[in-house]
Amino acid sequence: MSRIGVFVCHCGENISGTVDCEKVARITGELKGVEFSTDYKYMCSDPGQTLLKEAIKEHKLDGVVVAACSPRMHEPTFRKATAEAGLNPFLCEMANIREHCSWVHPKDDLTTEKAQDLVRVMVEKVKKNKALNSIKVPVTKTALVVGGGIAGIQAALDIANCGHKVVMVERQPSIGGHMSQLSETFPTLDCSQCILTPRMVEVAQHPNITLYTYAEVESVDGFIGNFKVKIRKKSKSIDEDLCTGCGLCTTKCPQKKIPNEFERGLGLRPAIYVPFPQAVPNKPVIDRENCTYYIKGKCKVCEIVCPTKAIRFDQEDEIVEIEAGAIVMATGFDVLKTNYFPEYGYGKYKDVIDGLAFERLASASGPTQGEIRRPSDGQIPKKIVFVACAGSRDPAKGIEYCSKICCMYTAKHAMLYKHKVHDGIPYVFYMDIRAGGKNYEEFVRRTIVEDETKYIRGRVSTIYEKNGTLIVKGADTLMGGIPIEIEADMVVLATAGVANHGAEELAQTVHISYDPYKFFAEAHPKLKPVETNTAGIFLAGACQAPKDIPESVAAASGAAVKVAALFSNDQLTRDPLVAVVNRSAPPVYSQCVGCFLCQSVCPYQAIEREEIKNRNGEVIKTLARVNEGLCQGCGTCVALCRTKAIDIHGYSNQQVYTEIMALLND
Amino acid sequence: MIKVGFYPGCSMKGGAREYQESVTALAKVFDIELVEVPDWNCCGATAAHNLNKELSLSLPARIMALAEKEGITDIVVPCAACYNRLSVTQHELAEDPSLTVKVASIIELKYEGTTNILNIIQFIDKYITDRLAEKVVKPFDYKTACYYGCLLVRPHSILKFDRVEDPQSMDVLVRKAGANAIDWAFKTECCGAGMSVSRTDTVARLSGNILKDAVDREAEVVVVACPMCHSNLDMRRPEINKFLEKKIDVPVLYISQVLGLAVGIDAKTLGLNRHMTAVNLPEKPAKDTAVADVPQKVVNTQKTEV
Amino acid sequence: MQEFEPKIVAFVCNWCTYAGADLTGTSRTKYAANVKIIRFPCTGRIDFMILMKAFENGADGIIVSGCHPNDCHYSTGNFHARRRWIVFRNLLNFTGIDVERIQFSWVSAAEGFKWADVVNNTVKKVREIGPYENYKNIAVSTLFNEEGISDE
Repeated sequence: MSRIGVFVCHCGENISGTVDCEKVARITGELKGVEFSTDYKYMCSDPGQTLLKEAIKEHKLDGVVVAACSPRMHEPTFRKATAEAGLNPFLCEMANIREHCSWVHPKDDLTTEKAQDLVRVMVEKVKKNKALNSIKVPVTKTALVVGGGIAGIQAALDIANCGHKVVMVERQPSIGGHMSQLSETFPTLDCSQCILTPRMVEVAQHPNITLYTYAEVESVDGFIGNFKVKIRKKSKSIDEDLCTGCGLCTTKCPQKKIPNEFERGLGLRPAIYVPFPQAVPNKPVIDRENCTYYIKGKCKVCEIVCPTKAIRFDQEDEIVEIEAGAIVMATGFDVLKTNYFPEYGYGKYKDVIDGLAFERLASASGPTQGEIRRPSDGQIPKKIVFVACAGSRDPAKGIEYCSKICCMYTAKHAMLYKHKVHDGIPYVFYMDIRAGGKNYEEFVRRTIVEDETKYIRGRVSTIYEKNGTLIVKGADTLMGGIPIEIEADMVVLATAGVANHGAEELAQTVHISYDPYKFFAEAHPKLKPVETNTAGIFLAGACQAPKDIPESVAAASGAAVKVAALFSNDQLTRDPLVAVVNRSAPPVYSQCVGCFLCQSVCPYQAIEREEIKNRNGEVIKTLARVNEGLCQGCGTCVALCRTKAIDIHGYSNQQVYTEIMALLND
Repeated sequence: MIKVGFYPGCSMKGGAREYQESVTALAKVFDIELVEVPDWNCCGATAAHNLNKELSLSLPARIMALAEKEGITDIVVPCAACYNRLSVTQHELAEDPSLTVKVASIIELKYEGTTNILNIIQFIDKYITDRLAEKVVKPFDYKTACYYGCLLVRPHSILKFDRVEDPQSMDVLVRKAGANAIDWAFKTECCGAGMSVSRTDTVARLSGNILKDAVDREAEVVVVACPMCHSNLDMRRPEINKFLEKKIDVPVLYISQVLGLAVGIDAKTLGLNRHMTAVNLPEKPAKDTAVADVPQKVVNTQKTEV
Repeated sequence: MQEFEPKIVAFVCNWCTYAGADLTGTSRTKYAANVKIIRFPCTGRIDFMILMKAFENGADGIIVSGCHPNDCHYSTGNFHARRRWIVFRNLLNFTGIDVERIQFSWVSAAEGFKWADVVNNTVKKVREIGPYENYKNIAVSTLFNEEGISDE
């Protein structure tokens, strides 16, 4: 027999103004199973809560209904008070007779009756409530950071400086990402590598960080606090312990003409190579697809010249297994290549390049030692055209969004060009100028005024080559749309920032959602920009959406603090209102028939397969099991289960039916 | 004898007579009989769709309905404008069944929308190209600028033919006939179209720029697949010369004439004498008739690669 | 004659419609008192049995309301609810229950006014259809005995 306490709050005049609280308390006090009922002015106040706690102890209540405001407001308050009185907090429910009753109806009998109905519903529900304990999940205090660009580096350093272990995985031979390819960064014109490389070295030397480069995440299993990750270390064909980074092999390799990815195809590299001089780790890898030994079985010059005998041609990929409590995705972005644009020549014009390629030209350590030269003939361009929004903001071709950073880096490129080619003329074809960051607008103004860059508002309809120059045809919309034709020596397209290649597969491996453009999806666009819908996995940087460096760094630090918060306890506490698959004695074991429809609809991969074995170790049945660490309590599986084997605490079938029946029968 | 439906359209009976003559002659060499859609009407061209939507759909629908009635499945439409109008009409009616019902009542004929509409290049590729190499007797060894104009490849989402910027289908075809198809920048630039009469100066400028680029790149012939293109580039040559302030001699040939010459049909049958700009193609020294098939990378409809 | 006052149960999701109804309250927007809300974590939790249970116990009308597509707090729950609803409509017709007795809506946490509209429109519609009587012919649920609700 239940012993339920009903507490009807006046909420000052908010409820009692239209609802006869005393009557509600009296009528509901007569319900079967209600041991004690009262009304009070302000239940959420200190005296109100004391009243609640004392009533629980005095009347030995085993259930509490507080008829007051919305549970979205004070459910935690009253549950805490209930717990303090020694009663399980999940035996306390609230009936919303303010937002859903007193505030929306006039003062009359009908309103009071409705309040009575709502209280009755919760009284009957509480009778079916079970005492529940918060779920505790252990936490492994190691973070996995996927991606070694500026965002990954920042996140790794922040987490490591909190005293936690970090494993960083980067698929290129060196960390640094796109930031290492830039010459100077806006708006300060800081030398990009100068500000980046100290951080890269810090990562390599940090005692808490383990760095795997030329490696990729192979599989991720487990759940928040308990991820099990397999990392594939691709074979570098080098024994890293013996290699001293002297670089002799790279100078002797006979295969010298491989297009260098780091230089965006503008420079060449050998088959055994270090991507750039400041690489971390500064040890080479062998590109097996282009190495003579792997193609033809001959050469081995590097092995011959290596002073420490560090070359290992037969080295194989290695799988490393680690345990992590949290994962930070920081895999960055890429830019569209020029062959994306049919009207700009399908990528066949050598002097039409993308923004990253221009960065390499402008870089002092780049293929032209910092001189702006045409890729076709090495001449210095006297007229250069920058095309902004090349691919972005274009619903017709599928990249609808704005790539955010291009207006700024185009202005920067024009500025750098003018600093190097004093008699050159830069043109910029733009649609709008988006310069919203700190000192950004001033920077663009400098480019236009001090560096005399000619900004033309209009799009470029076509670029074609004639007699070694590029004819750029566009329009000037501020002059009424008149056609403009420029004979340019070089064209730089500010191509759209897109998700890095392999992003979709990686998101599926890691079990996070992604949007139609393959950028990783944040849990809430406004309030949770660095979290994903998968508990324990966070986002940092441009893998979530195009971002500039300060935003990537901020996001990375944001993700790091989420990880640190997660690691601040040895155990995770979670709300127990989760789903559970019933279990019973053999031979039935469960109503579950193992159809796993629940598994296919769970957005959180919270349903696992549990094998029921007999004494001989043979599997008799495979049943569904809910991982309470992952379940968020939506109840979709419960509605779908054909045999009603799975139910959800707090909103169980019994509870819901009871509520309905109580509501409609008085 | 293979029979293929044929919709000439107005221009091929008038100012572009040589286009029909050359198409018919070429088809004959390959044992193809072109069967005109009986009682065909004007497709409406640009006039109809500028003025009255229902008219612009009914006119082409009637042609296709008549073809269906005759049991004709494939019709070749050599005029690019007619091809464009018929294709767009077929697409719009397929998207809107209620409109189809309306149009069917206007034309008082049953319309299924099952006709296969082929432009001249699609027709050649379907029925002739496989057998072309063996019939080439006089390789068309000239530097050729293939001009596609506007209507063959646009709107891409409806026509789904070739690439929109820098199409290649005609280039590939003329190479099979031995031509040296050049890469040039004005393949799909507008010639001025119907402004030939109302704004001849505009046509002179637009068509002039097209020919100038072709000539700058040393083209010896310009090849077209559309009577309008031909008319502006050929008939308006005096105005073009005036605009460019120099005399341009480069002849403009129809694709069917180029292939016709390659397979040995004489110039008169192909109607070359009807052109306004004299067609004086210098004799090339005889070469091995086997035509090397130059492997081409890009032929298919435009795919954007990221 | 006393006008028929329909009894309407609303099954709403905690994150959107429940919050939206809270907002209606905070804005003091008035609506008909016939509708009483039962809270769910997500519309994905709601299945046919729950709706039939309501009719079985004499509900004249039902409102099911959740987050807008793509906004579900649990990302996909409302899509499942929508699909179920589409299938369920056919079943309802078959059982002879007027499909118009159930209103399916998306009300976000910011749409206080919309919730009031949904309630008022549903009450009006169900009033026109009339009371649902057929439940009396359905076998009485085992949990509901003569004395009232079982107190297990």
